[in-house]
Amino acid sequence: MTHLTRLLAGVALSLSTTAHAADAPAPSDVTYDEYGAVDASLTGEPGDPAEGAKILADRSLGNCVTCHQVSDLADVPFQGEVGPALDGVADRWTEADLRGIVANAKQTFPGTIMPAFYKSDGYIRPGDAFTGAAAEGPLDPLLSAQQIEDVVAYLMTLKES
Amino acid sequence: MMKMTLTSSGLILAALGGAAFAQEEPELVINGEIPITTRAEAPASVEGALPEVISGWEFRSPETQSLEEDDFENPGMIFVDDARAQFDTAMGPDDQACSSCHDTPEDLAGARAVYPKWDEEHGEVQTLEMQVNECLTERMSTDAWEYTSNDMTNMMALLASVSRGMPVNVAIDGPAQSTWEQGKDIYYTRYGQLELACANCHEDNYGNMLRADHLSQGQINGFPAYRLKNAQLNSVHDRFKGCIRDTRAETFEPGSPEFIALELYVASRGNGLSVEGPSVRN
Ligand code: HEC
Ligand code: HEC
Ligand code: HEC
Repeated sequence: MTHLTRLLAGVALSLSTTAHAADAPAPSDVTYDEYGAVDASLTGEPGDPAEGAKILADRSLGNCVTCHQVSDLADVPFQGEVGPALDGVADRWTEADLRGIVANAKQTFPGTIMPAFYKSDGYIRPGDAFTGAAAEGPLDPLLSAQQIEDVVAYLMTLKES
Repeated sequence: MMKMTLTSSGLILAALGGAAFAQEEPELVINGEIPITTRAEAPASVEGALPEVISGWEFRSPETQSLEEDDFENPGMIFVDDARAQFDTAMGPDDQACSSCHDTPEDLAGARAVYPKWDEEHGEVQTLEMQVNECLTERMSTDAWEYTSNDMTNMMALLASVSRGMPVNVAIDGPAQSTWEQGKDIYYTRYGQLELACANCHEDNYGNMLRADHLSQGQINGFPAYRLKNAQLNSVHDRFKGCIRDTRAETFEPGSPEFIALELYVASRGNGLSVEGPSVRN
């Protein structure tokens, strides 16, 4: 019984993800303006800043704190310093800028070390996650369209002024 | 009160840092008798890409650093002892030991510092592992050791230990040059779904924290490295493999032509640093 419920919940979950994915543009169909910004929400739905905060901190998701410090996430240990601190980032960039930076920072900062989180091809020797083996078939982007929106929604809360 | 002033004012801290708190450069001397060059003038191989070359030792905590100052504290030396026993062990159909031809490991002092190197007879760049396998298969008529097997990595630790303090000095010109160029290409290629090259982390960001890791220049003068994290001796190619895997890429295999080329290139970036293996890292 418990099994069945879980199974059903799983099905419902994957159905709803598929529905989202169908609405969202494929990574290669996202339009960036000449400065690397992306105007339209990838899902047409508002992002959830609380989810976004989790994605920034979680090693298996965005793991953004590997490179960035975020004072607002002070309880997350070992924040990196490869990229600039994200404090006050919403004062410096618009929502469209931030969407572009998170989806594919190389459009805004050519050659940047920051990985593209909404991209799924064009890699050299793509692997199967962190196994070291070759990827089997097409890759999903590092974050889903909704996760990008969640991250952007969270970044928009990082204001200092 | 004093403490508050110090921590609340970066200006005062900086001012004091210049004088009273000026940090002495840490200096590594092993067993009180083998001085190790952990910072050296940038060699020709890095062509202005780095202002100086720095051993990974400099980036470790004082506690980890001190483990390397005394062979009795260095867990890597246990494996050196194992290899010393192996060195005298007869192998193969003719019951030959390494010591049948090389007398003592100390006779091989200096080898670690110049490998990988061009081998005229085989017409290829050889790593020290390949050289040992050549002795095993061609001179002792026995089986080669697996590239990153314990036997092999322990022997690498022994061969490094007898060269400690000598400057790394691999040749990158002449017949080795095309292999070196190939290694350089690999070093700057952005692999995997994270699209990261060795250079992104170890050239552009050494000294910075990457989450909990203090990024070094990714030098290999300290290999093999005893890592506190996995409590074992780690070979150069295993480290390369781990770093490429962490970019969400398909790695190359230890002993592959790609990793041999990469090893030559990375070794040359450390020309001038001392051979330091077996080192202790976290
Ligand atoms: C491997 C390192 C790395 C990772 C991981 C990373 N970034 Fe970045 N990020 C950078 C660097 C470096 C820059 C600065 C741009 C440049 O000059 O290359 C940057 C810039 C930014 C900026 C612009 C900051 C400013 O003040 O101008 C934002 C916003 C940002 N990153 C968000 C994120 C988010 C969100 C994630 C995770 C989903 C993330 N980054 C993951 C390295 C990284
Ligand atoms: C039957 C003789 C013989 C045996 C046994 C032997 N070697 Fe050698 N070894 C040689 C010779 C000869 C050379 C020089 C070959 C050359 O220069 O290409 C050599 C070269 C080397 C070198 C490179 C030295 C340098 O300065 O370039 C290393 C390292 C080495 N051997 C290690 C070993 C180890 C470890 C073993 C045992 C597992 C071993 N050898 C067993 C004959 C032997
Ligand atoms: C995503 C970042 C990243 C990339 C890309 C990367 N490394 Fe590393 N590497 C690390 C970290 C973190 C460590 C452990 C801390 C340190 O020593 O820098 C490390 C350690 C090393 C070490 C050990 C240094 C020592 O003294 O113990 C070597 C050697 C090394 N890397 C070589 C490479 C090579 C070669 C490449 C490319 C094939 C590479 N790395 C790519 C992050 C990276």
